[in-house]
Amino acid sequence: MDKSPRLWTGFAFPGTAWLLALFAVPFYAVACVAFGSIDPIFRDAVPRWNPLTWDFSESKIIFSSLINGPLQGVAIRTIIYVVCAMLLSFLIGFPVAYFLARHAGKRKLMYLVLIILPFWVNYLMRMLAWVNLLSPSGLFSRFMNILGVHYNWLDGSPITVTLGLVYGYIPFLILPLYATLERLDWRLIDAARDLGANSRQAFRLVTVPMSKPGLFAAGVLIALPMSGDYYTNDLLSRSPSTEMLGNQIDFFLNASTQPQRGALLVLALSIFLLIFMSFYLRSTRQHARETTR
Amino acid sequence: MTLVASQSQRRARTSPLVFVIWAYIIWSLVPVIIAVIYSFNNGRSRTVWQGFSLRWWFTDPNASLWHDDSMRNAIFNSLVLSIATMLVVTPLGITLAIGAQRIRGRGSNVVQGLTAAPLITPEIVVGAALLITFTRLFTAVPLGFTAQLLGNVTFSLSSVVVIVRARLVSIGSSFEEAARDLGASRWQALRFVLLPMLWPSVMASLVVVFATVIDDFVITSFLSSGVNSETVPLRIYSSVRGGATPALNALATLLVITSFTALVIGLFGLSTWRKRHGERGGLRAALADVTQMES
Repeated sequence: MDKSPRLWTGFAFPGTAWLLALFAVPFYAVACVAFGSIDPIFRDAVPRWNPLTWDFSESKIIFSSLINGPLQGVAIRTIIYVVCAMLLSFLIGFPVAYFLARHAGKRKLMYLVLIILPFWVNYLMRMLAWVNLLSPSGLFSRFMNILGVHYNWLDGSPITVTLGLVYGYIPFLILPLYATLERLDWRLIDAARDLGANSRQAFRLVTVPMSKPGLFAAGVLIALPMSGDYYTNDLLSRSPSTEMLGNQIDFFLNASTQPQRGALLVLALSIFLLIFMSFYLRSTRQHARETTR
Repeated sequence: MTLVASQSQRRARTSPLVFVIWAYIIWSLVPVIIAVIYSFNNGRSRTVWQGFSLRWWFTDPNASLWHDDSMRNAIFNSLVLSIATMLVVTPLGITLAIGAQRIRGRGSNVVQGLTAAPLITPEIVVGAALLITFTRLFTAVPLGFTAQLLGNVTFSLSSVVVIVRARLVSIGSSFEEAARDLGASRWQALRFVLLPMLWPSVMASLVVVFATVIDDFVITSFLSSGVNSETVPLRIYSSVRGGATPALNALATLLVITSFTALVIGLFGLSTWRKRHGERGGLRAALADVTQMES
């Protein structure tokens, strides 16, 4: 298919127009509200549709607040929770995916089904399950009481929030990890072993470097939704002491009369994640280049 | 010789990781199973077991899932929203996938970029942006069902494109070229050769979209207009930390049953289709279809 006949342009048109109107334009609308003005009487945001008239005074306040002001705690907490949750997810997810790809043998299909199941259980159901277990009369709390641990799990505990994020998003890590490891050329690892590497060396020097782009992409893939998460926090903590960026966005847009601040935080989150995304795109492109070679 | 040796070594090393995977499976599934069990609790508590009953499912005349109007309303809203999204997004996604794969020239970059972007944008960003758009720019779109439908279509469009494009790549161009050589027009080759072959990806898309939308929380919540457009996830969210009865567990269980039913129907349909058309079939290929994973 050398040139692009009108038929294919016609096929691409409806979906592209849809995404332009309801994905690209909304981003612009966010910017227009973020850099707009505030109605002096009703305190509501008044968007400025012309970029030449954008007003950056409020954005300076919010961005400096995120870096070294009242919102600094929120920004730092978001990063710490997401990084910890990612590391833990890898710690748990990698061995699971590795086993599935390498050692599952004849039972692979059964394991695969069991690993995919939580993927299809509603996120809120999985959080509901933990709220029940962690509440003071819940099974897990009672079990921990027997062990001598008396801890209020559901009232502003950073541990619960981080573990909640791990529990919520780890299925989304394991599947791409498994897909990456599954595609590896395991003969190279066998070759390393035959050439005298012990299993640890083969893992460190062959398996990990080969699966790096996939690991990286999978990590970014869960870091993105984790960074914007607010409902895990709402359900498992409900305390200002564990609030993340997503909670602030939710608050400003849905519960307050300051949508401009919400819009600015959406922009801040997007810019922050854009850095992640560019890494992701670069690593997937690199990976594609390597695999098609 | 070496192959045999390394395989036996592999088997010997299996044991420690097998514990890890089972620990993971138990950790990921048992809490949910406990929540399901507590929906049959005879008492009002979601944490203290007081004997088995169907009270919160059927028998309680006011507070059971079967008789609670607001819960039934949420179930109805969820089903309508996911079926409507499924019907809108599937044709839109199929045409976009075909177009995006074949379009060349200047427009191509715009199409590729726009199709890829939603995949790496957190849901809260899309939800917040659409909320701002529908309340300040496209004010003709009322919050509630219409906005939720538009939002969910926007967010799930790219995943349909991913599924269909994977299938397009695996079909290749030879079938269409053969049809063209035999005198079919571009459109005829598409309509009578390519489209029928796309069927597995269409089925996979339907299942994936249905399950994503019925489980969706963020976009549906940002674009809701209160009780009228409350779906099951929204209902769970607003009552988890209150003093809700085990009827809430029953509601959540019903949601799980619904997505599993969709999954099973989809897997069954996919493997039947593959078998009938002589393609490499079985549960594993079907699983790969719905998890967007190459097997």
